[in-house]
Amino acid sequence: MSAALGIFLALFLLVTGLGFWANRWRPGDLGLLSEWGLGGRRFGALVTWFLLGGDLYTAYTFIAVPALVFGQGALGFFALPYTIVMYPIMFMIMPKLWTVARERGYVTAADFVEQRFDCRMLGLLVAVTGILATMPYIALQLVGIQVVLGALHLGGTGIWAEAPLIIAFVVLAAYTYTGGLRAPALIAIVKDILIYTTVLTAVVVIPAHLGGWTAIFAKVPAAKLTFAKPPPHSTGILSGYATLALGSALALLMYPHTVTGVLGAKSADVVRKNAVFLPAYSFVLGLLALLGYMAYAAHVNALPQFRDGFAHFGPSYAVPALFMRFLPSWFVGFAFAAIAIGALVPAAIMSVAAANLFTRNIYKAFLHPRVSEAGEARTAKLASLFVKFGALVFVLGIPEKYAIVLQLLGGIWIIQTFPAIVIGLYTRWPHRYALVTGWLAGMIAGTAMAASTSFKSVIYPLTMAGYTVPAYAAVYAVLVNLIVTVVATWVLKTLRIGAGRDGTLDVQMRGA
Amino acid sequence: MGLASRWIYLLLAIPFFGTLWVPLYNHVRPTFLGFPFFYWYQFAWVPASVVLTAIVYVARRPSAPTDVTRDA
Repeated sequence: MSAALGIFLALFLLVTGLGFWANRWRPGDLGLLSEWGLGGRRFGALVTWFLLGGDLYTAYTFIAVPALVFGQGALGFFALPYTIVMYPIMFMIMPKLWTVARERGYVTAADFVEQRFDCRMLGLLVAVTGILATMPYIALQLVGIQVVLGALHLGGTGIWAEAPLIIAFVVLAAYTYTGGLRAPALIAIVKDILIYTTVLTAVVVIPAHLGGWTAIFAKVPAAKLTFAKPPPHSTGILSGYATLALGSALALLMYPHTVTGVLGAKSADVVRKNAVFLPAYSFVLGLLALLGYMAYAAHVNALPQFRDGFAHFGPSYAVPALFMRFLPSWFVGFAFAAIAIGALVPAAIMSVAAANLFTRNIYKAFLHPRVSEAGEARTAKLASLFVKFGALVFVLGIPEKYAIVLQLLGGIWIIQTFPAIVIGLYTRWPHRYALVTGWLAGMIAGTAMAASTSFKSVIYPLTMAGYTVPAYAAVYAVLVNLIVTVVATWVLKTLRIGAGRDGTLDVQMRGA
Repeated sequence: MGLASRWIYLLLAIPFFGTLWVPLYNHVRPTFLGFPFFYWYQFAWVPASVVLTAIVYVARRPSAPTDVTRDA
């Protein structure tokens, strides 16, 4: 057994132990959904920082962002502005959501929307959108694990080929079932330490092998380093880059795993502190993105020992290959464990979040309104198993490219819940049925824009009056959503269609 | 919270202008420690946005005790 494999397995065993011990950490009645699904809303600033950091910066990000920089250059760097602009928005909206959720016992954003606008249908739409967007995201975490398992040559042949992945996921499903949100919160601490160590080491050691940063950037063609001047009558890719950053930030804040991580905090102030200090991860993500250029400068894809890996995984293999080329074997094991554990944390939180949505906004809202609190927790635990095995079947049974397409669509879809959730935090002016109509319009418009590029790109070149503005389809689609919501609200109010009663009336939504 | 402290939230809008107006930084020069401008400029926005958010956090603190739910 190589040193890499030994270290990898030892770290995997460590987090498995932590995962199963988690239900005894800060003990609570795990028969309650807010205990299982939100960790009892008791996480302080530091644990929340690890939890959200471990949650938002996923293994897929660690593989896909450098892969994009490796393949396409500057465009892949959108991950940095994306995670810079996200936190001022989080600072404004999330303490409000936390406060109303705490006061009213809400476990999901869909709970809030349903009560605020007195509309179960709107809650259902928010929940279904969340689950739909989350499933491929979990599947892509598995792809992240697959890449490092492949690089370690773990796995046999035939039916045993995927055995290590299945074992890893069964173990993950088991301790998420017993520990709920506590399990990923605890493991996130280990994950983040591993990731920080890996990235900071890699950006010191590897450039030294390649002759320093100046030499690395010098090997990248000018056309990749910055964007070309836009053609006449177009904003070119510049507007694509900016809207990709902005739209991704708005979308990520609406993902169920983000909301779950935020609602697990013990106070609105903990959420605010995290909006101040989470950008530390953005710095690491930016450095990580540059690993793509290092892989490019080192021509790792031309080396014979990595030919099979690139043939199988494409640019996603750039970072694993770079590590194996320049880092000692034991550290490669450490780094790969960081990536694999970096997949387990968000996968666990995502499955808890999807399970919370199913339980509250589908099962309780429509199927079994009188379900007891213990029944809610039981349902959520089972739902988390279904969600995970669904993702596993997805990854094993369907070509990876479909998971990527669905994840791209997921971003376009989830942003359609932004108007209902975020406007709802400030005003009840939009009509409930207008929000439903706007959601539908945004979903259709966004999916159609992605389809018009044959699902190959999320950048849609909108041409108006001879001028072309290429932009992230999610941003265009949510604008369609907002316009339809405003017009439909005006129509419905003119027709005096009832707006229902506000279920959050006596809560003072302070914050921003 | 007074009117004066409401204006402090405008600080949170600054990173949007700084990072989303791409022509501002779509160049290679001046380089810094070997990094083209495009890259180090965006990296510099990470600490800058932390400072701006921290200022807003501190400025709004006096009103914290009236928060519906606060740290025990």
